Amino acid sequence: MTDRVPSSPKMSARGVNVSYGGTPAIQDVSIDIDMENVTAFIGPSGCGKSTFLRTLNRMNDTIPSAKVTGDITLDGEDIYSAAMDVVQLRARVGMVFQKPNPFPKSIFENVAYGPRIHGLAASRPDMEAIVERSLKRAGLWDEVKDRLSDSGTALSGGQQQRLCIARAIAVDPEVILMDEPCSALDPIATAKIEELIHELRGRYAIVVVTHNMQQAARVSQRTAFFHLGQLVEYGATDDIFTNPRQERTKDYITGRYG
Amino acid sequence: MNAFALLFLIAGLGLIGWLTGRARAVRFDRGARGRVNSLPSQHGWYVALWTLLPALLFVAVWSAVSPGLIRQAVLEHPAAAKLSDFAFERDAVIDEAGRVAADPRASAFNPIAAELAPAVREARSRYGWMGGGTAMLLAFAGGAFAFSRLSVDFRARTRVERWVMLILLLASLIAILTTIGIFLSLLWESLRFFSAVSPVELLFGTHWSPQVIDPKHPGASLGAVPLFWGTFFIGAVIAMIVAIPFGLMSAIYLTQYAPARVRAWMKPMLEILAGVPTVVYGYFAALTVAPAVRNLAVALGDTYASSESALAAGLVMGVMIIPFVSSMADDAIAAVPTAMRDGSLAMGATTSETIGRVLIPAALPGVVAGVLLAVSRAIGETMIVVMAASGAANVTLNPFESATTVTKQIVDLLTGEAEFDSPKTLAAFALGLTLFVITLLLNIFALRVVKKYREAYE
Repeated sequence: MTDRVPSSPKMSARGVNVSYGGTPAIQDVSIDIDMENVTAFIGPSGCGKSTFLRTLNRMNDTIPSAKVTGDITLDGEDIYSAAMDVVQLRARVGMVFQKPNPFPKSIFENVAYGPRIHGLAASRPDMEAIVERSLKRAGLWDEVKDRLSDSGTALSGGQQQRLCIARAIAVDPEVILMDEPCSALDPIATAKIEELIHELRGRYAIVVVTHNMQQAARVSQRTAFFHLGQLVEYGATDDIFTNPRQERTKDYITGRYG
Repeated sequence: MNAFALLFLIAGLGLIGWLTGRARAVRFDRGARGRVNSLPSQHGWYVALWTLLPALLFVAVWSAVSPGLIRQAVLEHPAAAKLSDFAFERDAVIDEAGRVAADPRASAFNPIAAELAPAVREARSRYGWMGGGTAMLLAFAGGAFAFSRLSVDFRARTRVERWVMLILLLASLIAILTTIGIFLSLLWESLRFFSAVSPVELLFGTHWSPQVIDPKHPGASLGAVPLFWGTFFIGAVIAMIVAIPFGLMSAIYLTQYAPARVRAWMKPMLEILAGVPTVVYGYFAALTVAPAVRNLAVALGDTYASSESALAAGLVMGVMIIPFVSSMADDAIAAVPTAMRDGSLAMGATTSETIGRVLIPAALPGVVAGVLLAVSRAIGETMIVVMAASGAANVTLNPFESATTVTKQIVDLLTGEAEFDSPKTLAAFALGLTLFVITLLLNIFALRVVKKYREAYE
């Protein structure tokens, strides 16, 4: 199978380096992310996959010692240029974290948070429609529709994570970054999130960081293997898992290390 | 026996115990393995602790008990029959006899005291030797007991550990017992006061003028409502209007915006503010702020404005409390998980939106608790109001008018010439007790809020 490069990448990175207080964390990473496919980042702990993910919506800005060089574009626009408003960028590139982090507010308010700060709803019915649509897309609506005023933190871990996905969807992003979204969840909750990723594919460009190779194989169409801060191999998921070109990828896939 | 000499002797015995215990342990046959359960110095410590602690404990108890015994002995002296039946006078004479007995150059004013002095001296010496002897005996017995138990297999190490725990336990009990003691002594004096004045009159009376007390009805001029109002107005209203916004905003700046370098010098500076002695704040209030406030009042049209205004004291008190509120709020905001902050920022919220909509609501219980603790500090604060507020007990909402607080009145009641039995003086204790109870309740409530909120995130 050949590595098919999509015609129009949603995001693309060229020669990206990240360092924390002078210590390089990732080096010279170039990658394209497209709308049609779910992209998985795999690699052993500390390989830089999460760090690279956080450069895509500039969450590294919150760490004062982090320094990012290279070009990252969203629809051809440089996201690190002075003209790019980081607030708008993050509304377009949403993020779901490793540990579910709903706000200590009601379920409704959790989902309404983003639309409210970005002024997306003109009226209360508008807001209700956005919340309902987002919760439906996140596959949580049927479970919570009768208790929208309950606290988001009272939900189970899997429900909390889907609430966080609903919260991210609510501002209608173009890209959703997921940083090990299932690592704090049990297998059943994990299966639901994976199913959800399948359903969201195509509507959003999705990037999933995972240390679980089976999960990468299940949910993604393209996989990038990171090791020691470098992008070792990037291609169709089937190729990476059945026919890796790099020795290091093969060793990791077959469980030689990691 | 002289107390210092006794302590010195006991310490000396302890040292000897340590040396001999150690010396004996050094000579133990270590056997084939060459390892022992405890090191020689641990054997030494075991003996030393057994020598010191029982003896010292006895000395502590004895020093509390022996004055009573001495007094008993003195009262049995024939000359004591001539003493007045009135307890207050009797105690004064016995105290005088004690002073004369301690200092041979002093001469007694009261002839009975002079007669009693030799008896006091004799009783002191007798009980002194008795106590000293028992203490030394205990030290010897303890040391000998411990010494006799030493052997190669004796676990001196674990025994010493147990003694250490005991010492630490005693140390922590002392603080708790002192608190209870303070409360009881306050309660005792207050009960004496309440036997003359009804609590209802004190707590709900609105007329406060302790200078003019009707002996037949002392409660009529000891109504503390104006004091409670002044305390509340200065400490909980004016001071908090200053402290809450500034404390909260400085905490937000320090936790969310300040670069590490700025935070590194700004936080210690704030903490220095917390370390300024309150008397210095008092100067500042009386010499700098009060005249400025008065000028402001005059400029606003109040020509007869007092230079001892509630506002001046409250403002400075508020400044004093800022570091307190700031550091509590700082802790509360820092305790909100970073994930919460990241979650909001990743939605495209700005830092200030994140603070206002996520961090502050999540940290609110902690902030509220911090404010309550700050209030309890402010209403217990004395020096600033003593120096900057007046004694006029007004119930007023005008911050330029003078007001007075509970603490200020306690100081006034207890200083100057005052008989210790009059309702006027005893009122100070009742006020102190009221203040103590209020701040205690505030603290308990605040700590409960903090605790409940901490659990929510762990």
